[in-house]
Amino acid sequence: MATTTHRVLPGFGLALGYTLVYLSLLILLPLGGMVLKASELGVGQVIDIALGERSLAAFRVTFGASLAAAAINAFFGLIVAWILVRYSFPGKRFVDALVDLPFALPTAVAGITLATLYAGNGWLGRYLEPLGVKVAYTPLGIVFALTFITLPFVVRTLQPVIEDIETEVEEAAASLGASRWQTFTRVIFPAIFPALLTGFALAFARAIGEYGSVIFIAGNLPMISEITPLLIISKLEQYDVLGATALAVVMLVLSFLLLLGVNVLQWWTANRHKHGEPLEATAAKAAGGAQ
Amino acid sequence: MTQFRKSISGLLLALVAGAALADATLLNVSYDVARDVYKDYNPLFQKYWKAKSGESLELKQSHGGSTKQVRAVADGLEADVVTMNQANDIEFLADKGLVAKDWAHKFPNNASPYTSTMVFIVRKGNPKAIKDWADIAAPGVQMIIPHPKNTGNGRNTYLSAWAWALKQPGGNDKSAQEFLGKLLKNAPLFAAGGRDATTTFMQRQMGDVLITFESEAEMIAKEFGKGNFEVVYPSLTMQTEFPVALVEKVVDKKGTRKQAQAYLDYLWSKEGQENAAQNYLRPRDPEILKKYAQSFPPVKTFTVDAVFGSATKAFAVHFKDGGTFDQLYQSK
Repeated sequence: MATTTHRVLPGFGLALGYTLVYLSLLILLPLGGMVLKASELGVGQVIDIALGERSLAAFRVTFGASLAAAAINAFFGLIVAWILVRYSFPGKRFVDALVDLPFALPTAVAGITLATLYAGNGWLGRYLEPLGVKVAYTPLGIVFALTFITLPFVVRTLQPVIEDIETEVEEAAASLGASRWQTFTRVIFPAIFPALLTGFALAFARAIGEYGSVIFIAGNLPMISEITPLLIISKLEQYDVLGATALAVVMLVLSFLLLLGVNVLQWWTANRHKHGEPLEATAAKAAGGAQ
Repeated sequence: MTQFRKSISGLLLALVAGAALADATLLNVSYDVARDVYKDYNPLFQKYWKAKSGESLELKQSHGGSTKQVRAVADGLEADVVTMNQANDIEFLADKGLVAKDWAHKFPNNASPYTSTMVFIVRKGNPKAIKDWADIAAPGVQMIIPHPKNTGNGRNTYLSAWAWALKQPGGNDKSAQEFLGKLLKNAPLFAAGGRDATTTFMQRQMGDVLITFESEAEMIAKEFGKGNFEVVYPSLTMQTEFPVALVEKVVDKKGTRKQAQAYLDYLWSKEGQENAAQNYLRPRDPEILKKYAQSFPPVKTFTVDAVFGSATKAFAVHFKDGGTFDQLYQSK
């Protein structure tokens, strides 16, 4: 049946060929080149470089801060997306446009601005530091910068999905006796969870590679607030292209594994949802649980 | 739209005309903060060359991080001359065969037409009484410098402190390393670059002392006012060199050897030296140094070559992975 369906774009062969060439030129070729370069070193040496004390510390900072930033945005980004879809208020379009700003802003500008804000004498820093909260030039600053950079990923992924959930579903659940919390956890959340995971994964992936915004606010102290991209740059400054490539490959593998994990989780939840009941039935189930 | 097209075609026309008018074009690939020095120097040289040979030259400048710039040249950016802030970077081009192996002897003064030194910038009135390196390593003092592994500025600071520690009574490599450990503990952060360190110190009011080039102090005075800080000259500090070299392969290919050679030679002329002095770089010419003595108080300096053998050697011992800088941070 699928073969008789009329498709808008003609020529599967042509389209697939184009897709493969395009992806190869843009993604596979550079990545392949990188892996090839690293293979000059051999697996043992790559692991040696990656397991150095400073590299390990940098990996911890990079992946830890990225996970924290993605988690923060998964929570607050969800609220932002929800408000933007479900409520109307004056200036809504303006706020909606604001969400995209971190995409457009040069990241170094973001980093310098955040550092100015949160430094000891900055607008916010002067109130935070007496409370013992140091943001600029600490790992916390890295989390702040990464959170800023990755906000649009979560919001923009969630918005269309939330738009797709009809308010009638919520009303149905409520009319069947579900509480607000039950409606959220058993009706809405399962529907948006796959998208939330996607947003989380995108934010996380973006955060790992971030350089410009972070180095201006991190403080860059070895073992404390040095990110892996800085170590890579530092190796390039020593003309150690191989060492830099080794670190990059390790980062690539780690992020790929993490993203794969998120994707499996996402696929699993989406599948469970599809094979379960349609939303209306879920609403009824939620209400059933309430009785 | 037509307006836009007009201006674009006008621009193209001007470019073509400019190229047609010039008898030769030279590209000077240089480090970041040399922009002003060469912006002032280029018209001087153009005038001199026109008078001397009748040729009108077009001079182009390219600026960026020193290491990044030489990598671009190694990758094919057609620079006729390179003017850098670290011997390492030119050494890299020499290894690639783009620059003569003995580039440092092709021009006087180690091929460095002007120098600068590393100085301390402290807050008005010098509240922490910082006079010398030992005062910065004292408990409770905060020092702002750029990352020693990634910036020439940071490296020069590190090596200056090391050389000072060596010269103390009973000083040796071990005591110097101990001293550097104490000193680096007083850095609450490592800035991303020289200008970032200046911003952190002056604008964000962090730290008690900023260590930077003498020439940068004048920039700070212009930007933030002379009354906000004081310059302190330590008892021993590094004389930083700014080496220049001819990119042999490119000048031979483009046939610009004569012009490029003259371009670099002229840096040592009275006009070239005066221009350096006006940009707060210490001229090599003793007469001109004397003329600008007010900007350049005498200071006891050492050269990297004298204390560490060469810039390349200093780099290999201290800043390569696993070098002394890494040891100071990994032993914690």
